[in-house]
Amino acid sequence: MRDGITARAAAGEVLLADGAIGSLLLGRGLAPGAAPESLNLSAPHVLEEIAGLYLEAGAEIVQANTFGASPLKLAHYGLEGKAQAINEGGVAAVRRAVGERAWVAASCGPSGRILKPFGDTDEERMFSSFREQMRAVIGAGADVVCVETMSDVNEARLAVQAARSVSATIPVMATMTFEATPRGFFTIMGVSIARACRELAAAGADMLGSNCGNGSAQMVVIAREFRKATSLPLVIQANAGVPELRQGRVQYPESPEFMAAMAVEMRAAGATVIGGCCGTTPEHTRAMRRALGKES
Amino acid sequence: MEIVKQIAQSLEAGDDALVPQLTREALAQGIAATAILDDGLIAGMNAVGEKFRVHDIFLPDVLLAARAMYAGMDVLKPLLLSAGIPSRGRVVIGSVHGDLHDIGKNLVGIMLKGAGFDVIDLGNDVTAARFVEAARSREALVIGMSALLTTTMPVMKEVVDLLHKEGLGGRIKTIIGGAPVSQDYAAEIGADAYGYDCAQAVERVKQLAASAS
Repeated sequence: MRDGITARAAAGEVLLADGAIGSLLLGRGLAPGAAPESLNLSAPHVLEEIAGLYLEAGAEIVQANTFGASPLKLAHYGLEGKAQAINEGGVAAVRRAVGERAWVAASCGPSGRILKPFGDTDEERMFSSFREQMRAVIGAGADVVCVETMSDVNEARLAVQAARSVSATIPVMATMTFEATPRGFFTIMGVSIARACRELAAAGADMLGSNCGNGSAQMVVIAREFRKATSLPLVIQANAGVPELRQGRVQYPESPEFMAAMAVEMRAAGATVIGGCCGTTPEHTRAMRRALGKES
Repeated sequence: MEIVKQIAQSLEAGDDALVPQLTREALAQGIAATAILDDGLIAGMNAVGEKFRVHDIFLPDVLLAARAMYAGMDVLKPLLLSAGIPSRGRVVIGSVHGDLHDIGKNLVGIMLKGAGFDVIDLGNDVTAARFVEAARSREALVIGMSALLTTTMPVMKEVVDLLHKEGLGGRIKTIIGGAPVSQDYAAEIGADAYGYDCAQAVERVKQLAASAS
């Protein structure tokens, strides 16, 4: 199962990816204000449990808890010195849970820094931070790297190039987060879907798409736009809507059934890897699996 | 006043070399520093904020415009200080927890400075005690709090409660913002205002500062 994720996606097979990790961590001992990735060292069994829940729900791609584990990002918590162990621990926990029954995806989110000339961080520094993370996750045996939730195409490009510099063959997904504007979809940094496709493909990404954002209905539209802009396999991982406050608790409004119906629309729009982002649960994954007719 | 308009336009274009240069020229022409501030820098930054709100421009343009604004401010500041021109008041801002990045809070800070406020940015992971202590010791009129994670929202209520406990409630106003919070949440915890986006946050802070001072 571990080989050929890109080939199978390119052949048009729909592959089911998992849902959110962070919200499940909060109910399992993650202290408010702590780095979610610190649990990779202090409580790896929790991540194993969550990966097992998604595997059981039918996810074929299960993500490691390494979203914020680039050294630049970990520096926010003073944890940059532990980047290697945190990344390796995240990948290893998922591998223990899924074995060879699912692909292990290493998540790579934004550094939290803004590149020059708009911010204070130069490309070399950001690249070497991503490279350190990529070296650790690929060395630990990740099957695929998922660069995600990116707003700046240059930052995403550096992450993709960092993965490529470590391995010429590791499959790389790259997804960005878009907002609807009167002139079409753009990231907050002003990157269009066409530009994301062009630059990330040139950087060496194998699969392109979008994650996070404003709910799965809008993501169907984004998927259609991506399909027009690229022939590469398309990765779509939507939030369960925009969070709402109900009785003092924040909730994501989209039910597993609703997202499952949208997953069918995403497939019709050309998506090949379909999963969930913020607010999605193993129940969402299970419902998507049923709706996509992937029950074995 | 043609040159003041040019300052606003150069600021919108993010030209951080031209803005201070034109600012100096305007002063040499005898235009008052306050007029340059209001009709040049603040007017330009307001236009930038509005364009950003309607997605006409994106974050990089705002960041460049902010840099140009600061460059102009640096020229004006000594004059405004020596002339005893008061700022609109002091505002303490911070994130109760730093998430992906603190862009939202930073943008509000930029726009508040652009609107003439004296802004103290406490950064990320700011505790209730630090918010209140900074606001009291620096004689701020308003505390602005941002949250991106639902688990850290209770800090906002702690700030409101602590202000009341220390007898500062009503004297130091509070405004909240960030993805998980809402007008309802502001009402629930007793915060004085909620800002949906940067522009609204600045408008509300203006109102709060006027009512606090």
